Amino acid sequence: MRLRSGVFASCCLLVEALGVGLFLRGFFPLPVKSLPRRGARGDRPPEPPPPVSSNWTKIPAPLFKKIVIVLIDALRDDFVFGSKGRQFMPYTTELVERGTSHSFIAEAKAPTVTMPRIKALMTGSIPGFIDVIMNLNSPALLDDNLIWQAKTAGKRIIFYGDDTWVKLFPKHFVEYDGTSSFFVSDFKEVDDNVTRHLDTVLKREDWDILILHYLGLDHIGHLTGPNSPLVGPKLNEMDNIIKKIHTSLLSKEGELSLPDLLVICGDHGMSETGSHGGSSLEEVHTPLLLISSAFDRKSGPLKSLVLVQQTDLAVTLAIGLGLPISRNSIGNLILPVIEAKTMREQLRFLHLNGFQLSQLLQENVPAYEKDSGFEHFKIAEKSHGNWIKLYLEGNNSEVLINLGKKVLKQYLEALRILSSSLSKQVAQYDIYSMMVGTVIVLEVVLLLLLSIPKALSSGAEFEVPLSPPLCSLLFYLMCLMLCAVHVVVCTSAESLCYFCSISWLSALGVMMLISALFCIILSALGKMCTYPKVPAKNPAVSNSNWLELDVLIVAGTIGHVSSLCASSFIEEEHQTWYFLVNTLCLALCQEMCRHYFLVKECDLHQSSSTVKKSFEEVKEMAHYKNDSVDIPECDLKLGKIAPSAEILKGSEKWIGLASPWFILIFCRLLRSLNQTGVQWAHRPDFGHWLTSSDHQAELSILAAISLAMIFILVQRRCSLVSKIAMALGLLGVYSYRAAIGNVAFPWQQDSKDISKGIIEARFVYVFVLGIIFTGTKDLLKSQVISTDSSTKCLGLWDVYGGLVLLAALLFRPHNLPVLVFCLMIQAMITKYIWKPLNFDAAQITIMHYWFGQAFFYFQGNSNSIATVDISAGFVGLDNYVEIPAIFLTGFVTYTGPLLWAVHLLCYLSSEVSRNSAAVGHGCFCYALICSIPVAAYIVLVTGLRYHLFIWSVFSPKLLYDGVHVFITAGVCLFFTAMDQNHSRKIQD
Amino acid sequence: MKDTEIKRLLAAHIFCIFSIILTTVVPSLFLENFSILGTHLTWLCICSACVASVNIILYIILKPNPSSKRSSLAQKATRFLKCCVYFFVSCLLFHGIIVLYGAPLIESVLETFLFAVLLSTFTTLHCLCMLGPNIQAWIRVFSKNGALSIWDNSLQITTVCSIVGAWLGAFPIPLDWERPWQVWPISCSLGATFGYVAGLIIAPLWIYWNRKQLTYKSR
Ligand SMILES: [Zn+2]
Ligand SMILES: [Zn+2]
Repeated sequence: MRLRSGVFASCCLLVEALGVGLFLRGFFPLPVKSLPRRGARGDRPPEPPPPVSSNWTKIPAPLFKKIVIVLIDALRDDFVFGSKGRQFMPYTTELVERGTSHSFIAEAKAPTVTMPRIKALMTGSIPGFIDVIMNLNSPALLDDNLIWQAKTAGKRIIFYGDDTWVKLFPKHFVEYDGTSSFFVSDFKEVDDNVTRHLDTVLKREDWDILILHYLGLDHIGHLTGPNSPLVGPKLNEMDNIIKKIHTSLLSKEGELSLPDLLVICGDHGMSETGSHGGSSLEEVHTPLLLISSAFDRKSGPLKSLVLVQQTDLAVTLAIGLGLPISRNSIGNLILPVIEAKTMREQLRFLHLNGFQLSQLLQENVPAYEKDSGFEHFKIAEKSHGNWIKLYLEGNNSEVLINLGKKVLKQYLEALRILSSSLSKQVAQYDIYSMMVGTVIVLEVVLLLLLSIPKALSSGAEFEVPLSPPLCSLLFYLMCLMLCAVHVVVCTSAESLCYFCSISWLSALGVMMLISALFCIILSALGKMCTYPKVPAKNPAVSNSNWLELDVLIVAGTIGHVSSLCASSFIEEEHQTWYFLVNTLCLALCQEMCRHYFLVKECDLHQSSSTVKKSFEEVKEMAHYKNDSVDIPECDLKLGKIAPSAEILKGSEKWIGLASPWFILIFCRLLRSLNQTGVQWAHRPDFGHWLTSSDHQAELSILAAISLAMIFILVQRRCSLVSKIAMALGLLGVYSYRAAIGNVAFPWQQDSKDISKGIIEARFVYVFVLGIIFTGTKDLLKSQVISTDSSTKCLGLWDVYGGLVLLAALLFRPHNLPVLVFCLMIQAMITKYIWKPLNFDAAQITIMHYWFGQAFFYFQGNSNSIATVDISAGFVGLDNYVEIPAIFLTGFVTYTGPLLWAVHLLCYLSSEVSRNSAAVGHGCFCYALICSIPVAAYIVLVTGLRYHLFIWSVFSPKLLYDGVHVFITAGVCLFFTAMDQNHSRKIQD
Repeated sequence: MKDTEIKRLLAAHIFCIFSIILTTVVPSLFLENFSILGTHLTWLCICSACVASVNIILYIILKPNPSSKRSSLAQKATRFLKCCVYFFVSCLLFHGIIVLYGAPLIESVLETFLFAVLLSTFTTLHCLCMLGPNIQAWIRVFSKNGALSIWDNSLQITTVCSIVGAWLGAFPIPLDWERPWQVWPISCSLGATFGYVAGLIIAPLWIYWNRKQLTYKSR
């Protein structure tokens, strides 16, 4: 079957997307194997049996009457225990230092995003990574958890705050008021919505648990970072709330009833840039304050804080309320809470905790008896039994106390080991699906690599050897073998593979796909081997004549792929791209020098010999570029150049020579706009300077100038209708930003009522759709009535303009310069660098890809989930609507690569007159250059799946790459659609 | 003729390598607490100065590209001044490029500038010694097939090697190993030095291996 390179590349990418999807599904298994809920009081062990039987078999009584949980989103440990706490939270500091309280630093596990953290706090387990993705769309929590246990035990729970809770625990609260966390720019109303209920609730007696989740601090962090002036007043507000709750609880406490407990905690911290999601110390360390009159009064300032796990809270609260411990909890009881109890009770609690942990271990580890934690627990249980025997005999001596302490220590050690071996269990991979995905991806990449010589030839066609392999015996044998493997794997004991759960027919389809790909690769290889003469010569010739640029492109690609092995290089991937793009600019500069000075030389010495020499050189240059470029065209070019050298000497030459330097300077400026990554993320950058509330005027001016520049740069190529729509749309963007309070109108000084800007945003959407519609109409017209290619170009530029307008709307205002510089570099590079240098489509595609990647990071992205700007998903929407939100967030995240890809298409289709196969070549190269890193990374991640940083560093990057593959597949389909049109025209 | 030229080249390069080794060893005898990593800036100064002086002395002794016409003292003085200006300009240019590559603009200006000086010493100074302040000759040497003697070839190789060395030297910076040599600009300047030394070693060998293919057009 004969396929054009574009079609072939798109097919390959679609198959690859399938493979990547399978791999991701295997890598991020949805629920980790967990125990089902068990009602009532099934598995509560009695005290360990001493030689004489104990009389205490029922669950211990609760320690606290009421529990109030104040969860302050993004509360970092130093906000309470550091200088900020001392300054803005005087009451809390007093409580920490001199009150009846216990304070800890609770460590959150990555991903530090709200929903998984709430799950961790309430179930005591570590939720899988995929919960991040579910964060936008939280389904009800079905695992055993504290809230459910409390509800089953008849406790009345009241909740006010982030509506994630309401979604996680539907029908669990007797009274609730959820606030949406999606309007990140609002940090006052979200908290007032919680606090307004407080007075009435505190007076009432009809509840047992009160949960308050304050979102304001998190929103302030996202908007302006942890050092903004807004943080102080917010902390002070929180302090007053804590004071109010605490005094009210104290005033109600009677002599006879149990004491109450006030828990103050954060779900995660806040990085120096104000975001969260990663695993830096600032994001991971949250304060945990337990305040109750049952505790001993502290005296004097606190010394060092004990580090506990966030998961420890669930079990502690369960014990405190006299509830069964959640079955999937891996937490350890926080000992200071029960310190005031008798030794018998303390040991009883620890035993309950240990018993639950060892049960969980039994379910998860086949060889649980060999686990050292389990052994420790058994030993501790035995000595506990001995201790009870002594105790029941009425022995009250020193021996008993010492033995009790020893048992306590044994229990603590056992709990610690059990927890750590259980938390290792969380990472469970569906290896079978991963393998299937990897095989597909690798086969596709291999096929793409094998087809390079054919697909990049002037014909841009690739003969897919389809019929011989499909009829071959090998194909059927392989299908049979794979099916057999599938049956064996899927019927083997308790496999939970996703791939086994899909229907037989589709599994068979995938198997056939794998074997077909394999056979195609084999026959393509065989073809290459049988005619080795023809292809083998050409590479040899071109090898010796490689330009520095080609060397750089190949070395850069290989270097980037190999840099993915190191976690630091993934965290700092932007550095790799900036470095490569800079080097690319310098190489381009050298090319420009060579181009202009060689011409100049032949212009200066008009003697025939030098002309001949440079003639030969030009010929040679044509050779390096592409073997297929025929000589006559070159002659023409030289003939054109020589007489017009006078004109060339003019401005164009110097602008051309200077433009790589301008691009370098632009890149340097953009680089200091957004510091991303991990190591240097705390460095000051323009972005933060601009977004801080003192510099709103500067930000407004910058945004206005940027929007004007965008208009000037885009309007050159658009049709008249689009021009007008563009201008109105950009005005709409500014008024949208003014409406939500990011920028200010100069004439609007005082009235500052921040709205959600829905009307303004929708106004812009109308123009975006209008421009894209105009463009599509032109494209369709050029497809149906084969007019000249100018209609098509106009249509493409209109589509491009529409995308730019959409990006301008969704980008944060301080990021608008990224868009401006992107447009400027694109204009410059096409006009002054690519026009004179005559690169072929493959080189231009790869350079475009590099710039696209660099712009991905210039706009502030990184390889951590924290930098995804989810607020973009709510521009112009009243509330969360899944499909548009996902689309908008995806678009704004990948704006850089997308804009460069579409620009590539625009450029290549304008080049069609020069090289008819340009679009096909471009599409093929784009597919290839995107798939190579993904394939390498998939193999690498499989190898590193037990790496320490797998969840914090490698997995987010895998997600980014996976999404990138899907987007690339879309882009390539668009390319192919455009190419189709062209090829038909040629036939006509 | 060619073999003696290659020997002279080799000798000159060995001198250069030797001088670089000396700069790492000798100063510790005179200066307290001297180490390449600890007092990197001092080492940068010493190394640049030493390599520069060795290059100039070698140029005076060997005269690889003897000029055909004799020049007066005034001409020599202008030539020298021009060389100085060129050197300074190249330092600034390298500094600019390094900043464009992402070095901080204001903090650690001195480090960046000294690194630029080192790079200029390895590349520009070498060119100035061999070719003089003659841009046309530079463009000739660094364009394809522009070398007219083995000295030009060695110049190409050492220059490219030093710059590639500096380029590769930037790679370990993002790694989180927290080693002393990851501090800016130590890894880069060490990379440049290693590249330069490698170039000095490679150049005579490469010329020796390819001496049959290398045919130089007469001027
Ligand atoms: Zn949160
Ligand atoms: Zn947040």
